[in-house]
Amino acid sequence: MTSTALLAEGWELVVGLEVHVELSTTTKMWCGCSTAFGDEPNTNVCPVCTGQPGALPVVNDRAIEDATLLGLALNGEIEPRCWFHRKNYFYPDLAKNYQISQYDVPLVHDGHLEVEVEQADGRLVTRRVGIERLHMEEDTGKSLHVGDTGRLHGADRSLIDYNRCGIPLLEIVSDPDIRDPETAQAYLRELQAIVRATGVSDARMEEGSIRCDANVSVRRLGAPLGTRCEIKNLNSVRSLGRAIAYEARRQVTVLTDGGEIRLETRHWDEGRGVTETLRVKESVTDYRYFPDPDLVAVVSAPERIEAIRARLPELPAAARARLVAAGLSATQAVTVVAGGSLEVLDAALAAGADASRAANWLTGDVTGHVASSGVALADCGLTGAHLAELDALLTEGTLSTKLAKQVLMALLDERGARGPRQLAQEEGLEQVSDEGELTRIVAQVVADNPGTVATVRGGNDKAIGALVGQVMKATRGQADPRKTNELLRAAILD
Amino acid sequence: MTALTQLDAGTLVARLTAGEVSAREVVDAHLARIAEIDGVVADGPVWAAAPADELGAEHTHAFLAVTAEAARAHADDIDIRRAAGEPLGPLAGVPLALKDVLTLRGVPTTCGSRILEGWVPPYDATVSQHLRRADVVVLGKTNMDEVAMGSSTENSAYGPSRNPWDLDRVPGGSSGGSATAVAGLLAPLAIGTDTGGSIRQPAALTGLVGAKPTYGTVSRYGLVAFASSLDQAGPFARTVEDAARLQAVIQAHDPRDSTSVPDPVPDLTAHLRDGVQGLRIGVVTELQGEGYEPGVAAAFAAALERFERLGATVVEVSLPHAPYGLPAYYLVAPSEASSNLARFDGVRYGLRVDAPTAEQMNAATRAAGFGPEVKRRIMIGTHALSSGYFDAYYLQASKVRTLIAEDFRAAFRSADVLVSPTSPAVAFGLGTKTADPLAMYLNDVATVPASLAGIPALSLPAGLAPAPDDSDTALPVGLQIMAPLLRDDLMFRVAWAFEQDLGFVPRPTGPRAVEVGR
Ligand SMILES: [Zn+2]
Repeated sequence: MTSTALLAEGWELVVGLEVHVELSTTTKMWCGCSTAFGDEPNTNVCPVCTGQPGALPVVNDRAIEDATLLGLALNGEIEPRCWFHRKNYFYPDLAKNYQISQYDVPLVHDGHLEVEVEQADGRLVTRRVGIERLHMEEDTGKSLHVGDTGRLHGADRSLIDYNRCGIPLLEIVSDPDIRDPETAQAYLRELQAIVRATGVSDARMEEGSIRCDANVSVRRLGAPLGTRCEIKNLNSVRSLGRAIAYEARRQVTVLTDGGEIRLETRHWDEGRGVTETLRVKESVTDYRYFPDPDLVAVVSAPERIEAIRARLPELPAAARARLVAAGLSATQAVTVVAGGSLEVLDAALAAGADASRAANWLTGDVTGHVASSGVALADCGLTGAHLAELDALLTEGTLSTKLAKQVLMALLDERGARGPRQLAQEEGLEQVSDEGELTRIVAQVVADNPGTVATVRGGNDKAIGALVGQVMKATRGQADPRKTNELLRAAILD
Repeated sequence: MTALTQLDAGTLVARLTAGEVSAREVVDAHLARIAEIDGVVADGPVWAAAPADELGAEHTHAFLAVTAEAARAHADDIDIRRAAGEPLGPLAGVPLALKDVLTLRGVPTTCGSRILEGWVPPYDATVSQHLRRADVVVLGKTNMDEVAMGSSTENSAYGPSRNPWDLDRVPGGSSGGSATAVAGLLAPLAIGTDTGGSIRQPAALTGLVGAKPTYGTVSRYGLVAFASSLDQAGPFARTVEDAARLQAVIQAHDPRDSTSVPDPVPDLTAHLRDGVQGLRIGVVTELQGEGYEPGVAAAFAAALERFERLGATVVEVSLPHAPYGLPAYYLVAPSEASSNLARFDGVRYGLRVDAPTAEQMNAATRAAGFGPEVKRRIMIGTHALSSGYFDAYYLQASKVRTLIAEDFRAAFRSADVLVSPTSPAVAFGLGTKTADPLAMYLNDVATVPASLAGIPALSLPAGLAPAPDDSDTALPVGLQIMAPLLRDDLMFRVAWAFEQDLGFVPRPTGPRAVEVGR
């Protein structure tokens, strides 16, 4: 969309993404507190994560392993020896007034992702996005401002919930390789899929377990990099695309009008569809980074890295290639893998379903149902075996395509309480292909529509469609269309 | 008969084990002496007690808080368990004074600062747990320079402690309260912490044995951090053996402290009495001479002769980078402190001075809660870590630190242990150095190199020297013994041999000394 328009005007968009992923370890980064989401405020806290005097952090080994696993999945190099630094700044929800993070030596560096980006004409193009680094840090607490405005300004008092303080966080910084909003969206979706495939986080944007900031700049084609703005508050893949498109257009307008882009942080307003200045970066904040003397180096011996590599599951790219080989279209494969229905599809294939049909159901009807009902795929009771059974009913002629869809929707509505065959039988949704029954109905329709019958006999073959429709109506759509056609022709023409 | 307060820990353990005295009697005797000479009223948080300037010049003021009730209950419990024949810890029934920088669940911890006013720790320091497991009876929390920054205990927000050898003099610092407690016979044992000399220097100034263990052998969990890469808790005692026994009780690997060393530490008492025959005692060229008081230098020279008499060989060794130790220390420690002390912001615990915004509240709280020396070091540290200065200050200091550690490794190839005076000066008068921070920092000149290298070091009495400002007053001089990493056992062995031969009795004497009788 816009990138094409910008290019036509001689501008190039340059985007780099910073993605934060909250690991789904059961305990926090430096202490044994639970990481459970949504518990009562300040119930998952201890002397360590509330920064009590004298308390000390101890690295959660599981978090290092998970970060390493994700780093390997992102084709990154694992640093054999890395450190934690303290990033010093005062903020009430930061219990120690410094964040333990990584600075000069991150755990992972020089990774990359290859993402499939759909073009305007529907073609998929592969784009490579470099990953500069993946480093470990800790999350902060959450401030709650009590008072009329609900914001810090004008609040009577502030309350702080430290439940999230100290939850392990990964920061994944891409190279500024992205040139259009669609690639940014594809990168984020792909990253989300990889994070989920590796199991290191549930990567839910709405719960904040994956968060994304975009560094956006524009430049004349071939010119050096322009001044960037950091866009925050991107709460969905859709917002990311919209915000980048908006910001690119805004920057081009400013520059075209002879203005200058300021180095600043901008806030994406989803409702109004605009970015607004949050704070201007007049000078670089001095975080006074220094190695955290409470912690020792994280050593990743080659054997340890290989043991973790052995845990790598099938990654989205490999899964897509496999699905295409099994008969899915590239677009279907992208949708299945990104949509999280790979597991169900694999089970369906294992149970003998046709790949393309099963994928169609999953990416069409099932996805639609999940979206409209709000019931997650995992909770809607649908199994791969169900899809295979549905496919068998279709193939053997018990169900028409339309009936199969009806059965599928009924199954989803009752969350898989009955399988497709049982459902079709008990709800009378099976196709009427019993010749005796159908012959009787056909005879009745022929008798009731002498005009149309005459037209068909007169050589207008298309008119037979109206008669088929009458039969369908009489059978509430359950007549086998092919058989109906045959019987009608026999009754009229013979 | 000798008063119970005059007995060292080893003797007390023997008497307690033999049933000649009860733990309760031992604790009561010490509580009575505290009530008599320390000027601190038992039980209750220090911030609620009388202001420090109301304490008389006749009081030692070793304690910030005395936990008499808990101590008596603990002693009774030990007596009951002993009577029932239950197994008891190695120091069962021995009273101890705990520096107020280590947490004890439910007992206020102030670090000698106003900033922590109102904070009651919800957890025990690992050291406190080890003490309890050893059945040591904690009498209370001792005074200290604010957040362990200082060499005289005059930086305490609650008033200074006074040296039992002369109440007009400082006991050293920052663990001055712990030193005062043991030297004043208020407790046979105490725990202090040493960052750049905060155990060794007060031990020297009060005629005690004080040891800084190998960095990482005593857990820092529950030790309110001043400079994390240097802080280490250790023992104060009146004998080398007591100090070794107390250190053995508190040192162990702790999974809650990432810097805790996993290696086993050698048995500290097994070879204590092996003597120094054949050992090489290294005299550090750079840690003597100019800047050391004549009385200190004389006692040190006599100590070297004593070692030779005992069959050791005295060799001269060099630590070429030791002269840079003090400036490096005064960059590394404040840098870490500036970050460690950031959490004292009035948000979660301790003092809060209300103001309209969170930022203003932080500033007002810190302005009111920290004393001038702490503010000075926070500013030094903040500056040293700032971009543009980091390389010249913090990074450079870290490099010096590495060089000093290498110097020590080289020196230990030609000597088994190294020795130096602990402090260039004997106990100085209250208020004589408070106006000059640099003069105060020079107290640490001989102790910081071992701190920067992480090696074990202790101070023990080398005899008495006349006070430079008053020839009628004789004051203790400290001898520092430094050993290779994890060779704390060798350090104690050398100290024991020296102590036995010297026969020093750590009993304050002189016109303004505390009464030793009773
Ligand atoms: Zn915690």
